[in-house]
Amino acid sequence: MQQIKAVNEFVIRFANVNGTGSASANNLFAKSIFHMGIPVSPRNVFPSNIQGMPTWYEVRVSEKGYLGRRGDKADIIVGMNIQTLAQDIENVGTGGYFIYDCTSPLDEHLIRTDILMLGIPISEICLREYEDPRQRQLFKNIIYIGAIAALLDLEFEILKNLISKQFKGNEKLIIPNIYALELGYQYAATHFSCPLSLKVKRADLVADSIIIDGNTAAGLGGVYGGASVCGWYPITPSTSVVEQFGKYCQRLRIDPATGKNNYALIQAEDELAAIGIVIGAAWNGARTFTATSGPGISLMSEFLGLAYFAEIPLVLINVQRAGPSTGMPTRTQQSDILACAHASHGDTKHILLFPATPTECFEQTIAAFDLAERLQTPVIVMSDLELGMNEHMCAPLKWNNDNRYDRGKILSAEQLDEVENFGRYLDVDDDGICYRTLPGSHPEKGAFFTRGTSRDPFAIYSEEGDVYVDNMERLNKKFTTAKSLVLPAEINKSVLPLAIGLVYYGTTSAAIDETIELLAKQGVCVDTMRIRSFPFGQEVEDFVEQHQQLFVIEQNRDGQLRTLLIKELNLDSHKMIEILHYDGLPITANFISCAIQKSLTRDNNIAAKSQVGSR
Amino acid sequence: MSYQKSTFHHPELAVNDLGLTYRDYEASLSTLCAGCGHDSIGAAVIQACAELSLPPHRIAKLSGIGCSSKAPTYFLSKAHGFNSVHGRMPSIVTGANMANRDLTYIGMSGDGDTSAIGLGQFSHVIRRRLNMLYMVANNGVYGLTKGQTSATADLGSKNKGGEENLLDGIDLATVALQMGATFVARSFSGDKKQLVPLIKAALSHEGFAFIDIISPCVAFNNHANSSRSYDYVREHIQTLTVTDYVPVKEEITTECPEGTCQDICLHDGSILRLHNAGEDYDPRDRRKVIDTMEDHRERGEILTGLLYLDPTAEDLHAKLTTNALPLNTLSESLLCPGSEALELINTSFR
Repeated sequence: MQQIKAVNEFVIRFANVNGTGSASANNLFAKSIFHMGIPVSPRNVFPSNIQGMPTWYEVRVSEKGYLGRRGDKADIIVGMNIQTLAQDIENVGTGGYFIYDCTSPLDEHLIRTDILMLGIPISEICLREYEDPRQRQLFKNIIYIGAIAALLDLEFEILKNLISKQFKGNEKLIIPNIYALELGYQYAATHFSCPLSLKVKRADLVADSIIIDGNTAAGLGGVYGGASVCGWYPITPSTSVVEQFGKYCQRLRIDPATGKNNYALIQAEDELAAIGIVIGAAWNGARTFTATSGPGISLMSEFLGLAYFAEIPLVLINVQRAGPSTGMPTRTQQSDILACAHASHGDTKHILLFPATPTECFEQTIAAFDLAERLQTPVIVMSDLELGMNEHMCAPLKWNNDNRYDRGKILSAEQLDEVENFGRYLDVDDDGICYRTLPGSHPEKGAFFTRGTSRDPFAIYSEEGDVYVDNMERLNKKFTTAKSLVLPAEINKSVLPLAIGLVYYGTTSAAIDETIELLAKQGVCVDTMRIRSFPFGQEVEDFVEQHQQLFVIEQNRDGQLRTLLIKELNLDSHKMIEILHYDGLPITANFISCAIQKSLTRDNNIAAKSQVGSR
Repeated sequence: MSYQKSTFHHPELAVNDLGLTYRDYEASLSTLCAGCGHDSIGAAVIQACAELSLPPHRIAKLSGIGCSSKAPTYFLSKAHGFNSVHGRMPSIVTGANMANRDLTYIGMSGDGDTSAIGLGQFSHVIRRRLNMLYMVANNGVYGLTKGQTSATADLGSKNKGGEENLLDGIDLATVALQMGATFVARSFSGDKKQLVPLIKAALSHEGFAFIDIISPCVAFNNHANSSRSYDYVREHIQTLTVTDYVPVKEEITTECPEGTCQDICLHDGSILRLHNAGEDYDPRDRRKVIDTMEDHRERGEILTGLLYLDPTAEDLHAKLTTNALPLNTLSESLLCPGSEALELINTSFR
């Protein structure tokens, strides 16, 4: 049998039962790879359940820096879940390794000869070493990490340091954990020929990166973006955005003089109230946000229409999951693009931002506050479960102390005094953005009625058709103004003009470098454009114009961004080819490159056939 | 509406502590039906705010959708208003109050807006103990959609077409009590003498103050066999307590003989004096209040006046220990922790 040989380039998958404490052990493994200076991308594949269901944790180790999901079979699987044992053994690639608890022997029929099956009597060791049943369970996880350290040549010192860091403040847990690591390490070292043909080797490839999940970064974006009011309702996978916001506020938003909170965090009764709270706070001039996922977007749509029409600035972070309806609550998708771009009845359009990394979750959340206040409208940050709930290696978060929040066009009492004839919806600057006043700021001037009904430039109720149309056209003008304010698309173009362009956004980005390389191997060269905002700027139009064929890569069934591009830019739909992946797992480079290859071959065949026909 | 309200008034009209007359608290001419109870509520709000010398621009008036929710257009033109969406005013006012605790919040809603589509938000804004005055102009009918029975309509009450209401009505004052409101009153739009001191007391209360105001709909629910007509309400009204509001600056001059009245001190030091309450009635005793309300309900009486008051109530800001400064005034330096803190955060993720 030929074993797979690789250094710093493989996929290892841990199969566990959820609620058994495996998450922190698996995380310890991923972190230790990172500490060896090797790029790493861990992913949780978990059920919508708290205890007893199968869960997988997959870690891609990639010296080349390929951080997207690799897909296919894994090189190593650690099978700790009896329910999924057969499936896990099946999912090891030929020449790979299966590590399992051999306390009770494996069924004959499960044994594969094209992989190496390494049994470690983990339960037996725990039974021997620990009295407490809970410890017997928890330390199983640490023992297999110890064994893997020996098998993969992971520096033991790094694991020890990480354990010490993890249990800082609870020192009595450090020694027992390190002991458990040793137990696994020693067993593997004495029973197997370590290291395996798959192993890690210290490198210097992570620079000053951090490893953080997108939701934490977005929550920090709320803190740094100056949000002082947040209304929210728990929903997977967005919950941790607000929980992390709250956690950091407890640390960073306590008034030094009084010890009082410089923020208000309110868990509402539902998503309707959550965004209602945000709208009320924004109306009163606070920076404010909420986070939700698909079902919450449906519920918030009524209020999003009000905020659009009444021109209330707010930030909404949508951590997308697989829909429709309850869909797959713990699986990822990019399927709310159209629902968010046009949330609510009537003619509405919302500003969307598409972060691709946790760093961008942080930066774009902050940018969203500026954009919302500048444009006096909702801004929706379109994250997803893959980005929000998994840890990603990314550039450190940066803040420049010279940054100033853009609070947009708000008239102070002094400025109001200078205004002859205040009208809340008067387009004074001819950019569609009008001046607003905050309640309580001036005793005589500037008060008006904010409403979801049609009104004239002076905020007076009106059902006159002309007045209504003028206002709707002005809102459109504002949306045009937004094009020059939102984040431009990130374009990578070859020096020579190329016929093919890839268009993508969000978490698909992690698979793109690898896709380009896979395509290049097949002789296909492509330019790329990463969309970062809606509305689309001129650069998007130009890129489409410059290419004969565009592959729009998305993680939804219906090609939602493609629809939006075609409609907004009035494009020829034939040159926009959809590449769609929506099974709930993150898209892979392999999938994209195969789909593109297939499409190109088919088109060539058609071209060839039509040539034959014309002869 | 093209009609203009006359700005002409008597040169010696009384002024309040701010040098303002009640006319400074008015707004545009009402477009509600002539005789609509809601306009009387608006007039009571104007009188109460003027007499309390509240700066009009420091009041925020919020509403949902419906006739009642249109009403804030017709009082306090110098105050910002927010006519939001149906049944959702409570969440908006929650956010507004969290952002600026220094304004006075008046929520104006109706029975459709509050007892049907908005019952959830109504319950939860009470549960949150938001510092606000929440008024329901309660007429048992949907006016803007022309006469459908609402969820507060009494069992057996007939609509204009003669159809009988088959379901029990929701008593919003009872709901408010159950949800933890710290000031609960019921009144009648036709009884300004009772309503004005109740509104003043509610505005002086630092917590959630609810006033259920029976406000007959002259267009769709003022007929015989309706239990919300002016005539029916007048016949069945029972005043639990006659309420006087004594502002902080005024000295109480009249004695309060044992057993005939009670004085309750409000958050701002003003006094609420209750007359004819009966010897064993204590508006601070929640269980007894619920009993009393049920007794009257069984007898088919509409019990009005101050029903319940917790003068020691704490509002949501106290519970959340938010800064005494309104959050919308915090400077960037207080909101943004800066780059050094972020460096430490980065390190924690390595």
